[in-house]
Amino acid sequence: MKIQKEALAGTLESSDLMVKVSPNSGIEIIVNSEVNKQFGAQIRSVVESTLAQLNVTDGLIVIDDKGALDCAIKARVQCAVLRGAEVEELDWSKLL
Amino acid sequence: MKKLRRSMLFLPAANAAMLSTSFVYKPDSIMFDLEDAVSIKEKDAARLLVAQTLQLPIYKESGIETVVRINALNTPFGLKDLEAVVRAGVDVVRLPMTNSAEDIHELEQHVERIEKECGRPVGSTKLMAAIESALGVVNAVSIAKSSPRLIGIALAAFDYLVDMQTERGDGTELFYARCAVLHAARVAKIDAFDVVYSNVNDDAGFLNEVNLAKKLGFNGKSLINPRQIELLHNAYAPTAEEVEYSKKVVEAAEEGEKAGLGVISLNGKMIDAPIIARARTIIELAAVSGVRKAI
Amino acid sequence: MTTCTNNNIEAIKAQQPDLNNLVPFTGANTTTPYLNDPVAKHTRKLCQTIEEAIKKCELRDGMTISFHHAFREGDKVINKVIETISNMGIKDLTLASSSLLSCNTPLIQHIKNGVVTQIYTSGMRGELADAISHGLMEKPVHIHSHGGRVKLIQSGEINIDVAFLAVSTTDEMGNANGVSGKSQCGSLGYAMVDAQFAKKVVLLTEDFVTYPNNPASIRQDQVDYIVKIDEVGDPTKISVGAARITSNPRELMIARYAADVIEHSGYFKDGFSIQTGSGASSTAATRFLENRMRDKNITASFALGGITASIVDLHEKGLVKRLLDTQSFDGTAGQSLGRNKDHIEVSTNVYANPASKGASVDELDIVILSALEIDLNFNVNVLTGSDGVMRGASGGHCDTATGANLTIIVAPLIRSRIPTLIEKVTTVVTPGESVDVLVTDHGIAVNPNRPEVAERLIAAGLPVMKIEDLYQRAISLTGKPMPIEFEDKIVGIVRYRDGSVIDVVRQVKD
Repeated sequence: MKIQKEALAGTLESSDLMVKVSPNSGIEIIVNSEVNKQFGAQIRSVVESTLAQLNVTDGLIVIDDKGALDCAIKARVQCAVLRGAEVEELDWSKLL
Repeated sequence: MKKLRRSMLFLPAANAAMLSTSFVYKPDSIMFDLEDAVSIKEKDAARLLVAQTLQLPIYKESGIETVVRINALNTPFGLKDLEAVVRAGVDVVRLPMTNSAEDIHELEQHVERIEKECGRPVGSTKLMAAIESALGVVNAVSIAKSSPRLIGIALAAFDYLVDMQTERGDGTELFYARCAVLHAARVAKIDAFDVVYSNVNDDAGFLNEVNLAKKLGFNGKSLINPRQIELLHNAYAPTAEEVEYSKKVVEAAEEGEKAGLGVISLNGKMIDAPIIARARTIIELAAVSGVRKAI
Repeated sequence: MTTCTNNNIEAIKAQQPDLNNLVPFTGANTTTPYLNDPVAKHTRKLCQTIEEAIKKCELRDGMTISFHHAFREGDKVINKVIETISNMGIKDLTLASSSLLSCNTPLIQHIKNGVVTQIYTSGMRGELADAISHGLMEKPVHIHSHGGRVKLIQSGEINIDVAFLAVSTTDEMGNANGVSGKSQCGSLGYAMVDAQFAKKVVLLTEDFVTYPNNPASIRQDQVDYIVKIDEVGDPTKISVGAARITSNPRELMIARYAADVIEHSGYFKDGFSIQTGSGASSTAATRFLENRMRDKNITASFALGGITASIVDLHEKGLVKRLLDTQSFDGTAGQSLGRNKDHIEVSTNVYANPASKGASVDELDIVILSALEIDLNFNVNVLTGSDGVMRGASGGHCDTATGANLTIIVAPLIRSRIPTLIEKVTTVVTPGESVDVLVTDHGIAVNPNRPEVAERLIAAGLPVMKIEDLYQRAISLTGKPMPIEFEDKIVGIVRYRDGSVIDVVRQVKD
């Protein structure tokens, strides 16, 4: 899946996160998190595996996390990528 | 014992914080709302969030039934919602604005196709119909009997009252609809849910409405604030006296059976099969909800 | 006459050589010259400015100054006095405020410029706490409990040279309280201790009333100087932050569980006593007790501690006989203290000092307390966040936890993604041996050393789980947090109520 344009998903409310994706060559992930000290590594790994599931090989992904659970992180990353890739038809076997 | 459906807690599906904590309130069912609670621009985000939230094992572990209110199938979102939530393993799909049995038949066909496509056992996705119009109320019986997947019908007041050219008041305005929906549910032997009570700060008003719904025979009520759950469950819990009496009834019935008596009486009053069945239900309910207490 | 007296002195010395310190009479007002002046007689304690009072107290470099924090986030005195001291060029002070809050952010600059070089406090919040956690001060802060503070004062470790005490009214002699006038804070429980032990006592008042003021929480025989200022505090901000009232359904649910625990604990009997600590769920538990008390026809003999509007409500309905109040947690409690005769002001010495001859916490049946973190051994942290930064207060936590027969900790199991229940708390403030029951939104855990309590709660159908299972439930939702890293430098020393060191806080690593 190719990120065609800049896209946002999520909110900055507590227990949520804002994800911004934009076109890039290669994957670059920036994680800002309120719980970075305790969960920074885990957040990054969820982002990476979610991107891999969607076959995203290029993109700048910026995470602004307010203490979201993994399921929310996954959903927000998926949503930002799908919006950025302008994909309408979803392959749910790769999303769940 | 049959699944209790006293409380159905509505959650706006775009709200990550609510989705990741709501199970602590232990409602009988949680309804993630993809319809009215989500703006058009956030439908895709909310759909993904619900799909991922449904993967949390804690819902199953807590015995909470998951329900998703999808958008109507004649909108650009309805079918996408359905594709997502059936695959994500939701227990029940709630269809808004159900006007006829055909609406359910259409939904049912899509559900069955998706179940086959994703390898989910056919028939495992249950359905619920929300009745929100005069036409829906009039067709309530055929809607309630339209599918074996249907576990209940719910009356939703807002659009219905607009349709009826009236507004929320003391309950008179909902009198016919409540009775109609309830009778339809009983004819089809499925559950019936009463409307939302929207003033979350008026506990007394809420309890009045709960008691009315309970007396009419509703299984439960749709809720918009978790604070209402305990009040509702407590109102539906049998009193200590009811439990005590029910135990005596069951005892007398069992003794009578042993003795081979045709007619059983307790304290000089005859007790027949419906009374015994009701007593057993009360004892089962008390085992789950406890007895009613002062909150 | 003078000669005559001198002769007498000589005669005494001749006959009783031991009595060589006696002096002859030299006039009716030799030591009380102001009594010769009809104006000074009434105004001798009054100072026009804070600066004048500080000069008269002879405050010098290296001394110790103290404050009370009864106005909590609404305090207008601490920052103002320290700024005045700073402007006067006095340095190297020890600050012994009963606690510090978010409103004390301006202290950062006075620490940087060397005015304050050491701090004793129950806790701290906001930017000040953040800066100190990141190594702002050379000397570590001593964190004490409310009872422990009095013991440190008695033992001389905290040796208060000048106490600056905010009051809402006083008379010209210094009989003062917090229950009359405009900006009322209610109980002056902390200030009463400082007034007793400080070498010099300065009152900062909003208003003067006719002599004698009544009640006299602080008495005339304790007060050296009085300064009138425009505003001592904003009472509407007392119940901001930790002492707030909640409508959050999760906090209310935890509060209801806590009430269930109380009801079935074995301690819910006629004449029981209770304290609810700060924190939304703890405060809210009170409102769920009323119907349970009525239902079982039970009244409480007293409620202790931080008194709240909901406790006052129970008192005025006759369900709690007496209130012992060392800190009024909101305006309603402050007004009740002025109005209700069985709402009684107590000093923190009476409230919780383990070295006093009698502390009320010893008489307590039930206490409900909050936690930032709790661990598998029931140790509680109310001081540092899970990121290692200080953001709370010891308060009466360990005092009441060990005094009470039943100590209940209330906390959400998870705050956003941060589990409250963890393997080992970042900082121990209250030892697990003092904690009996943990109430969370996901379930209830009982300390294994209280099997009889666990049995009663299970029999009542409450959701009792092993603390390990509750922990697993938290981790299954959040994932396991990585341990946070600290520098070697100690920035805080946590003093248990007896003065011993129970833990230290190290500088946060960024």
